[in-house]
Amino acid sequence: MNAMTETVPHAREGETLIRVKGLYKIFGDDPEAMMGHVRAGMGKDELQERYGHVLGLQDIDIDMKAGEITVVMGLSGSGKSTLIRHLNLLVEPTAGVVEVDGTDVTTLSVEELRRMRRERMSMVFQKFALLPHRTVVQNAAMPLEVQGVPVAEREAEARRWLDRVGLGGYAESWPNQLSGGQQQRVGIARALTSNADIMLMDEAFSALDPLIRTDMQDLLLELQAELHKTIVFITHDLDEALKLADHLVILNDGAIAQQGEPQEILLNPADSYVEDFVRDINRARVLRVASVMDPHDPALAVAGTVEASERLEAVIAKAGGDTSLAFQVEEEGRPVGTLHMRDLVRALVPREPEGG
Amino acid sequence: MAFYDRAFDALGLREWCDGGATGGPMTMAELLARSRGEAAGDAPFSLPFPSLDNLHDACGAIPRTRDFTAAIEDGFLAAKDAIKVVLDPLTQPLSWALDGALELFTWIPWWILIPLLVLATWGASKSRGVTLFVALSFLFLGFVDHLDVAIQTLAIIFVCTTLCVLLGVPVGIAMSKRRGLRGSLTPVLDLLQTLPTFVYLIPLIFLFSVTESKLYGIAIILYAIVPVIRLTDLGIRLVDPAVTEAADAFGMTPGQKLWKVELPLALPNIMAGINQTIMMSLAMVVIASLVSAPGLGVLVLRGIRNLELGVGLLAGVGIVLLAVMLDRASKAALERVDRSEGNA
Ligand SMILES: Nc1ncnc2c1ncn2[C@@H]1O[C@H](COP(=O)(O)OP(=O)(O)O)[C@@H](O)[C@H]1O
Ligand SMILES: [Mg+2]
Repeated sequence: MNAMTETVPHAREGETLIRVKGLYKIFGDDPEAMMGHVRAGMGKDELQERYGHVLGLQDIDIDMKAGEITVVMGLSGSGKSTLIRHLNLLVEPTAGVVEVDGTDVTTLSVEELRRMRRERMSMVFQKFALLPHRTVVQNAAMPLEVQGVPVAEREAEARRWLDRVGLGGYAESWPNQLSGGQQQRVGIARALTSNADIMLMDEAFSALDPLIRTDMQDLLLELQAELHKTIVFITHDLDEALKLADHLVILNDGAIAQQGEPQEILLNPADSYVEDFVRDINRARVLRVASVMDPHDPALAVAGTVEASERLEAVIAKAGGDTSLAFQVEEEGRPVGTLHMRDLVRALVPREPEGG
Repeated sequence: MAFYDRAFDALGLREWCDGGATGGPMTMAELLARSRGEAAGDAPFSLPFPSLDNLHDACGAIPRTRDFTAAIEDGFLAAKDAIKVVLDPLTQPLSWALDGALELFTWIPWWILIPLLVLATWGASKSRGVTLFVALSFLFLGFVDHLDVAIQTLAIIFVCTTLCVLLGVPVGIAMSKRRGLRGSLTPVLDLLQTLPTFVYLIPLIFLFSVTESKLYGIAIILYAIVPVIRLTDLGIRLVDPAVTEAADAFGMTPGQKLWKVELPLALPNIMAGINQTIMMSLAMVVIASLVSAPGLGVLVLRGIRNLELGVGLLAGVGIVLLAVMLDRASKAALERVDRSEGNA
């Protein structure tokens, strides 16, 4: 692999790269003055009604790990875009800190902030946000142009990434000659050309048709398997969230409703808001064997072996629909657990949250 | 006037009135009244409007309207020297540019100038129809001996439009960035656009001598600069916020953002502003012939003054031809920009 392809995360993979701590954002004329009310527990509706300020985010704590995909999910207006724009300071926090590699981004000078945006962070937008007066390759080369890289060099790099996202033949086209899916591939190529280790994606696939969207998700996972970027992905679609997330954060009215490992959230929703979200999901396609298996029981008679990472859907097919069977669960060839088909079936039915 | 006489008496102001009497020359109305052997306004129950003139009749201490206009004029004349000290050197280059352009354009022989202008049209519009129309129009104007005056008009428009763009685009950019500046400039622009064109000329005639080219240059620029400012401001504010956000997210400096994103995307609007500016320069340059601007307007003026219908009409046709040429050529250029930006 070319040396340019490899991103060098400053934090090592699996360590926290972006830390959001006690983050509040209030929109209005005098947000600081509202902090007292909000800390005293005033909700979004009341703040809007009595003081005319919008509570965008309240008390957000998230650790985003290097090399992982952190997905932030929530209904429209829940503050997802506001949150992701805090990471590169397109929006300034009212209170709290956003740390990248241990540095509070609000303390950066204008020049330092610009350097961070150029070298550490790239962004992919819902409406693509390509420059309509520039060709595809010029668009993809834009991040390097901003950094002052000579034209031949930056366009060569841009072409490489356009090839990588499957747009090799379109370098000289204009953005408006491409379909939505193709335009977003340009958006992704542009983000990759910048060679930043952090990629911010705000509803990047939400404007695309379902089939194209699936393609793009596959493309992203494929790229991620190779590049190990730190990705923050915003979506309002649970299927998409579950497919992509290493770490899932669910926002409700600017506050975190629940965050954690996606399968865990699916099996144990914290409140009725999350429960509503996960109710209609096709669990068989999302849940994996590891989430519903029992400890390994060597004495049990099993019908065969399944992989711990296998989706329940595949296991059902393997069992031919017979719910009386049990399987031995393996990981890298070692037995790690036992899966009873009746547990599997039970996991397919959403559970009301305790006391909810 | 008896009513106001009694009113001042009743108020006990008679002494003040007579003491401060300004007298002064009689108004035309008084003269006329006297020559007809009447005393002004003796009807018993007449209640004239309490205007300055009528009040003055009853109380000499109150100034007449003519004193008032004279005071405005005196004030203006007193300030004139101070204003001129600042304005003269600032605007002198405009005179040079106008005189230079007029001289240059009329010095170039027609068999070079017409092909040059036709070529320029082709370069800007890349439209065969427009280019052909421009060529035929110039040949026609030459044929009826109006080429030189038309070229003078064109030279003035060329200088003034160029200056409008050079000044107007930066002002428009500044307006789009600063809400406060927009708030304070908008009423000024409204005023400039709503003032009848003649009114511009009045203070300028006092400030500069009619023999100076900058007099009409300033009038044309003040009148024609408004659309290019407005549409630059609008064009930049209409740039898709998602795109400017992307520019910020990838770390563009404000300058990079302006040159690489905002100005290119605002260009169709700016071009539309320039088109309007050209058309307004043409309208003003005709009127400015009142203050010695050369060109087709002079012939129109002659037609009006001397009732020479044919002269006036032929010059009018020349102006229409110029207007259509300028409009088509600049619109064709605008469309070309639109297409190349992929917005078509
Ligand atoms: N610049 C702003 N001024 C005022 N309110 C805003 C602004 N930006 C966002 N909001 C409000 O903050 C809330 C969250 O918005 P947003 O982050 O765009 O939500 P999402 O991306 O999840 O749909 C919404 O109620 C929205 O109206
Ligand atoms: Mg959003």
